[in-house]
Amino acid sequence: MSDPVQEKRKVVIDCRDVSVRYLTGDFKSIGLKEYILRRIKGDYHVTEFWANRDVTFRLYAGDMLGIIGNNGAGKSTLLKAISKIMVPSHGTIKTRGRIAALLELTSGFDGDLTIRENTYLRGALLGYTRDFMDKKYDEIIRFAELENFQDHYFKQLSSGMRSRLAFAIASLVQSDILILDEVLAVGDGSFRQKSGDKLKQILSSGVTGILVSHSIRQVRALCDKVLWLHRGRQIAFSDDVGKICDDYMKFLQTKKLPEY
Amino acid sequence: MEILQSLKRRQFLFEELVKRDFRKKYKRTILGMGWSILSPLLTLLVMKLVFTQFFGRTMAHYTIYLFCGNLLFHYYRESTSTGMSSLVNNASIFTKINIPKYLFLFSHNVAALINFSINIGIFFIFCLVDRIDFSWRFFLLFYPVVCFLIFNLGVGLVLSALYVFFRDVRYLYDVFTLLLMYLSAIFYSIESFPALYQKCFLLNPVFVYISYFRTVVLAGEVPGLLVHALCIGYALVAFGIGAYIYKKYNHQFLYYV
Repeated sequence: MSDPVQEKRKVVIDCRDVSVRYLTGDFKSIGLKEYILRRIKGDYHVTEFWANRDVTFRLYAGDMLGIIGNNGAGKSTLLKAISKIMVPSHGTIKTRGRIAALLELTSGFDGDLTIRENTYLRGALLGYTRDFMDKKYDEIIRFAELENFQDHYFKQLSSGMRSRLAFAIASLVQSDILILDEVLAVGDGSFRQKSGDKLKQILSSGVTGILVSHSIRQVRALCDKVLWLHRGRQIAFSDDVGKICDDYMKFLQTKKLPEY
Repeated sequence: MEILQSLKRRQFLFEELVKRDFRKKYKRTILGMGWSILSPLLTLLVMKLVFTQFFGRTMAHYTIYLFCGNLLFHYYRESTSTGMSSLVNNASIFTKINIPKYLFLFSHNVAALINFSINIGIFFIFCLVDRIDFSWRFFLLFYPVVCFLIFNLGVGLVLSALYVFFRDVRYLYDVFTLLLMYLSAIFYSIESFPALYQKCFLLNPVFVYISYFRTVVLAGEVPGLLVHALCIGYALVAFGIGAYIYKKYNHQFLYYV
């Protein structure tokens, strides 16, 4: 099926038969001595599993893709592959333009640094320039409502404050592709409203986005395409967001996968 | 333009990482900074007190001889053993954000390099006090310093990767550096060994860099071609291996952290 309107728009993300292997097993934080011993005894086991298997989809400029699926469906792994933190074992991922991946926002801050220092560091990590940060710093702090805490250590902040700061920095991102992993629901009621508005504003700016969310309501509201993963496999990819979400809700109750 | 922009971003990131490492390392205390300069001087003092009896009687400028060894060895140890944890400490960052991982090691190394520079300054003051002849040859010392820097970065790359895979590398490496210290002829002279043994010392990169310093500062001579070749050779080999490992395992580190 070729949609003439879509043909004209640029392909921004093209995933073909993407499979990502994940390693688990005994190797994690065992020492060299233990490793050698186990190798000699033949007691060294590494298990591989396919976090993603033959995932294929294509996004055009301005698309907003929602990825749904249970825990362990491979959603985060797929995001890591697209943002080039991991490489697919098979298949190809082609992307066009700058990617900003906002994965688990509150991790990676440093408790021993102040809010101000953390803000700059995070800005640098997200690929902002110093000029940009100098200009936007006050705006970030105001948005996060942390004016009185700028020189406090990060570890002194409550978890709500942390996620507010993380969101405020990340929301300035200017990229062609925006990848969001469960970052939407932050803070208390009023901040939730504010961050939701901000997010809609970013998404309406023509960015191509991928959103992982457990909130089906959110996916319905924000996305125009949906990808359903189950244990690494692609159950569905469609622009009929309503139908797929309905099927997914049904699946959550009956535990029976639909046939496509 | 695009390249310039991305370079600027990378530079900003590097600066912020360096600042973070400094703040964490010295915990914003003056003493923290002072301590890292004081500790090699204390080592020097103790060695001077103890070993002058054994090795210093027959040697002129024994203090400077000791200082050469301590200066370089201390830099080696600080650079590599702080560099070792650069990947593991930043696991929460590189598993979430795609940035070049070697930046963490390089930023860890900046502090060691600054301490080393300060110590070189103190070293020259000692030379002055001990009436060492300063000659144009002192400018040659840039060469081993640059080579040594590259060598240390290379070793740091290898160690930081190894440390991701095997956490007990830290203890093994502590033992290794202790042995290496005794093998680097820091407080004794290798001249009492048979000629063949003396050649064996050249297998130890740290010794080569130390002996370059001693030849220039104490003997007032330009080191031979072999020493020059070894200086750059060790540096390139270490850095090459490190870069290879990083390239090869770039996407596998995250399984182990």
